Amino acid sequence: MQTLVLKPISRRQALSYLGVAAASLTFSRIAFAGPDEVKARINDITNGAAGDNTRITLDLPEIAENGNAVKVAFDIDSPMTQDNYVKAVHILADGNPEPDVATFNFTPHMGACHASTRMRLSKTQNVHVIAAFSDGSFGNASALVKVTIGGCGG
Amino acid sequence: MAKVKPRVKVPNTAEAGEIIEIKTLISHPMHSGRAVDGDGNLIPRKIIKSFHVSFNGTEVMSVNLKPSVSANPFFTFPFKVTESGTFDFLWVEDDGTEYKKSEEISVG
Repeated sequence: MQTLVLKPISRRQALSYLGVAAASLTFSRIAFAGPDEVKARINDITNGAAGDNTRITLDLPEIAENGNAVKVAFDIDSPMTQDNYVKAVHILADGNPEPDVATFNFTPHMGACHASTRMRLSKTQNVHVIAAFSDGSFGNASALVKVTIGGCGG
Repeated sequence: MAKVKPRVKVPNTAEAGEIIEIKTLISHPMHSGRAVDGDGNLIPRKIIKSFHVSFNGTEVMSVNLKPSVSANPFFTFPFKVTESGTFDFLWVEDDGTEYKKSEEISVG
């Protein structure tokens, strides 16, 4: 019969394991959306249709020093006519407590399709911009924003 | 609480067919319902949930906001001017409180 030999661990090791366990318990209480939830949300919006980023130009900082106000701007190549325009643009972030940041609903009256706003980012994460075109197709662009100081308060 | 004050920047005049740039800002804390105050108490959620822009009574564009939008929500967007008229800007808070601002533009 084989005997199972357990390696003895030092007091220091044992304490460090305890510390890690406690830390993971503490941090797990703050739920973040995570890439999977954002993926599901994007699927929800596009009904599973894949979009490319050829018509979307994103203006996002590579490094945001203050996560409380991160500028996000997009420029979408569209003639904005009655039969060819951008219906909606969704901004999503995969490291915030909830995936949605803002949804823009556009009309052909705008004449062009670009806009900007400021958002909160709690940590370094990917920001996705999904454009819904009037012909039923979708555009999808994303960028990684490194956040130095998170912006979710508390 | 700080006073909620909407501000809008629209050019006074434009050429017919010109695409102008509109900037809007409303001073609002956008309490996400997750932050705590100095005593460790949770600040209840209070955000601007939607923003609407109309020109001569027709809705031009709108935005649905979530707590991830920064305090003092700021937007820029274009508009193609075809005639003189009035812009109506409307911000709606979680509890239905409305904040309004109007601006005129003339084509000439």
